[in-house]
This record gives sequence, structure tokens and C-alpha cells, in this order.
Amino acid sequence: MSITLARRRVIPGFGLTMGFTLLYMGLIFLVPVGAFLLYTTTMSWETFWHAITQRQVVASYKLSFGASLVGATINLVFGALLAWVLVRYRFPGKRLVDALVDLPFALPTAVAGIALVTLYASTGWVGRYFELFGLRVAYTQLGVVVALTYIGLPFVVRTVQPVLEDLEAEWEEASASLGADRFTTIRRVIFPALFPALLTGFALAFARALGEYGSVVFISGNLPFRTEITPLLIVAKAEQYDYHGAAAIGTVMLVVAFAMLLVINGLQWWTSRRHG
Amino acid sequence: MSIEIDRVNKRFRDFVAVDDASLTFREGELTALLGPSGSGKTTLLRIIAGLEQPDSGRIRFHGEDTTDLHVSKRGVGFVFQHYALFKHMSVFDNVAFGLTVRPRSTRPTKREIRDKVMRLLELVQLDWTAHRYPHQLSGGQRQRIALARALAVEPKVLLLDEPFGALDAKVRAELRRWLRRLHDEIHVTSIFVTHDQEEALEVSDRVIVMNQGRVEQDGSPEEVYDAPANPFVYRFLGNVNRFDAHIHEGSARIGEVTLPAPQYPHHRHASGHAFVRAHDIDVLATADQPDTLAARISLVSVVGPTVRLELVTDQGDTPIHAEMAKHRFNALGLEQGGQAWLRPRQGRVFLPEEATG
Repeated sequence: MSITLARRRVIPGFGLTMGFTLLYMGLIFLVPVGAFLLYTTTMSWETFWHAITQRQVVASYKLSFGASLVGATINLVFGALLAWVLVRYRFPGKRLVDALVDLPFALPTAVAGIALVTLYASTGWVGRYFELFGLRVAYTQLGVVVALTYIGLPFVVRTVQPVLEDLEAEWEEASASLGADRFTTIRRVIFPALFPALLTGFALAFARALGEYGSVVFISGNLPFRTEITPLLIVAKAEQYDYHGAAAIGTVMLVVAFAMLLVINGLQWWTSRRHG
Repeated sequence: MSIEIDRVNKRFRDFVAVDDASLTFREGELTALLGPSGSGKTTLLRIIAGLEQPDSGRIRFHGEDTTDLHVSKRGVGFVFQHYALFKHMSVFDNVAFGLTVRPRSTRPTKREIRDKVMRLLELVQLDWTAHRYPHQLSGGQRQRIALARALAVEPKVLLLDEPFGALDAKVRAELRRWLRRLHDEIHVTSIFVTHDQEEALEVSDRVIVMNQGRVEQDGSPEEVYDAPANPFVYRFLGNVNRFDAHIHEGSARIGEVTLPAPQYPHHRHASGHAFVRAHDIDVLATADQPDTLAARISLVSVVGPTVRLELVTDQGDTPIHAEMAKHRFNALGLEQGGQAWLRPRQGRVFLPEEATG
């Protein structure tokens, strides 16, 4: 049965491409992750549980997931806005702005981290004005949010932009001719069309923020219980040759991140199934 | 609701889309805006809807100036060529859209909305699709839903932009007859844009022929077909031949054939052009009748019950097109490459300065 099906395929090369894809996925992704999980299973349950429930570690989860969530949410709002401006309006320097959006992808994160800390330190160009209002950014949790927002910027913009470009102008015209005002059109016609792309962008920005290390460690100051992110603790444990502790915390991150991405993908599948 | 268009102009950069158009659309009529692509018909429709702003000129609905009124306040129903259904909404929600977006004070109750939407879906014979999504419907069904959605807001004017343009020939023909019956039922002033002359002639009460932003002719389907105002309209409606003609005191001669040209009683020995439709040319197998042109049959193509002929005469290089019923063609015993004689039954003569279209 499967053989006859394979023979009837119109596009040739299924076996070759599928085999190559599986091999590639295996080498690049499954083997490292599998080895890492396997290594975790060599720990006893007590050691594992102890490693992942230390107070310092739990505090870092809260910061990492919390700050990533806040950063991704900020990017959701302003990324959508930026995509809208880039697609809908013509202005001088538009192409430059468009190119700059990708900069957080390209710039080494350490460079970004150092730049951010220089700007936001209480004596820095930006930080000194925050200081006037009694707000400190560098070496606080707010600083972590700033860094995670910075590195997540391109995701929402780049996922929403093409969808917005393909959005039929006729939808908006139809909506207006049926008596809807601009706000109603955005709420009932444009937003639902962008929703899957917004969700993807949010998920990517969130996942990226969760794994971010380089830019955060400079601006956060790494104060135990206050501004330590989980990836930092993993690095710290590994540097102290506590590979088991590092792997245990890594497993928690992996499982939670995977679960969240799965939920978001499920949501997307659900919405796209409805709209065809 | 009558619509008055008063000296409307619209340009897109260097392109003149609408050139000083003045028209009146009478209450309850179904009017076709007919023209080739780029003739400005869609732009004119969009100006009436309020989707485009004219550069100059006014639009009046029932005497009231609506030129500066936003599309959402104009009370028009607009149907798009590619349906523009909201694909994330069910058919029901699409049709209900115009009612549910109203401010709370004027919004009907849920029950009223439901009843009205179901009534409209019955009207377009698609009540069984209420809970489906647009992508689950065929093109013709989608367009009927789009029509129901436009009618839900009880528009004063229904505007349709090439409503059947994206459908295949059979569905097109069915749907346009259906639209005609629907219009006879609801009698809302309607304007539809088309480049298909057959569609315009079959469906509408009135046809407006447009070319290069100008109105070329405005009349009933029979008027524009039987008495085209100028060569452009002649050529646009149906398959037409142009002969060089010699105009003299109210008649025109093409070779040995004489056609009446009563509109030029005082022209003497003027040259002009005679326009004769393909089905107004008699093709004869023998030369025993007077007033004929000798020709050679260069091409025969049989299209169902009709035979189309291309004939070459010594009058000009462009082949003459003629049409006849297949049984008649067989009875005459004509064949490709053979000799035949032509006799134009009727036609219209224009002077060269009129014939530039």
C-alpha cells in the first residue's frame, strides 16, 4: 500500500528529501538534545529535585519567564505598530528603518549588552533621566526586560509584515462600505487576520528571550535572588563543574519552553483550521 | 434613490481615469457601465461609492450632495469582483457584519439580526451555508453571499464591480439571470460594471458605454446595439466589419453595393466608412443577385450551431467576417477556399472624422 502510494507521487524525490531532513534534524538537533536529556537521567530523582528547587534557582525562573513574557508582550504591541508603519506608509528613510529592524539579529549580543548598560547606567545618556524620576534600569529587573525587549524586536515585525502586505485592501473597503468605522474595521477585520502571525511573532520573541544570555548579563548585574536569569545560573553551575545541576535546570527550561511553544502552535492550528 | 453625476473628473498621475462625466441613474433601474479595461468604469463606480474622491465634480443621491460623505455613511452596498468576504468569519457573521458594527443605540437585537440574516440567505438560496466558512464555498456561492452581505444594510444603492468577472462562463450566465430576477424582486437602484457586452445587454435596463474616461453612449440595451452612436460603440458591441464607402446624397456605395446613409443628404462624393455586423452580411454561393461583392472564403470555423467565415474581397486587405446558421451554410454548399458573394443587409455609415474610435 505504502509502496503504491509512494510510486504515485507527482513530485519525485520524497524518499531522498525526507531522509536527508531526518538525518539533518537528527545531527543538528535530536542528538545534542537527546544526549543532554540522557545525561539528566543519570541523576537520582532527589538530586534532580534538589537542583531545580533551590531558592536561588526558583527566583531565576520567575525572572526569566516573567521578563521574557513582558519583553515579548512589549514587542507584540510595538512590533505590530512598526510593521504597520513600514507596510502602510511611505516616508523618507523607510528602507533604512526596515533594514535596522534586523540589527538585533546581527549584532553580537555582548556588544548590545555593553551598549545598553552604558546608556542606561545611572550616569549614562538615557539612564540619568530615568534617575531623575527615581527609576533605575541598569542592574535591576527592569534592565533585564529592556535587554530582552531589544533582542526580541525583529520577530513580531518580520512575521506580521508579510501578512499585512498581503492583506486585501478590499476587506477594509468592504468593511467601511458596510458602515464600520476605522476602529471597528481594525478590531473586527484586520486584527483577526493578523492574529496567527502575531502569535507566531510573540512565540518566537518569547523563546528567543528565554534563551538569551549575552546581552542580559551585562545590564542585570547578576544579583542573586534579584537579577539572575536562569541561563546565567546554568553557565555558573557549569563553570563550577556542577554539570548535573546545570543539566537539571536546563531540562526544566527545555520542558517548559517546549510546552509553551506547543500550546501556541496548537492555538495557531486551531485558528487556521477555522479560517482555511 | 436616483444618482446624479455632475461633471466628474479623476486622474491618477498622468492617467485620465474619468473625463468630465455627467450621468443620471434613475431610481430602481439596473444600469450597466460597459467598457474595455482602462475605460474608467470601475473608477466611476468607486467614486459613486465613496471609495475614491473625484478631483472635481459632484455626486448627488436623490438631489442631496454626497461628494464629501465618507463611504461608511453613504448607504451604498458594494460588491467586489473577488468577493472580499471576511475569511475568518462564518457566512452568517459575514452577512451580519453590517448590522453588528452599528453603534449600540441603532443596532438590532440578536434575534432580529438572526432573522434578517437568515431571510437574506434564503433570498440568495444559500441558507444551508450559514455556519460554513467562505473557503468552503464555490466562487458563485461566495459572490451570492457577498451580495447578501451588501443587502443586509438595506443600501439605497447597490454597486457591483465586475461581479461575475472571476467566475467561469456557465456560472456567469446563470448568476446574471439570477441577478436580474433578484433585481425585479427588490428594485434597489443598481449599477454594475462589466466589460462583457453580452452580460450588459442581457441583464440591464440601461447601458452606459465608456471609453478612455468618457461616456460614449447612454441608452437602452436595444438602442446601443441597434443604433451605436459612434464607431467605438459599434466595434465594442459585437463583431463588426468596416468597409470604405463612397457617400453621395444620402446613400453610400461599397463597390457595387448601396447602403442608405440618410444622415448625410448633402454630402457629395465624400469618402467614409460603413460598419456592418458579421451577422448582417448575407453570403451567397452564386452571383445571380444584384448588389453583391465577390469574395473568396479564406477561413471557415464552426462554433456549435453557428458558422463563422473569413472572406477576402478586392475592396481591402482586412478580411470580412460573416456569420450564418450551420444548416444554411450546409445548404449553400460553401467551402473553404471557394468563391462566394457578399451582400451587406444593413449597416451604418460614418464620416472619417467620426470614425477614429
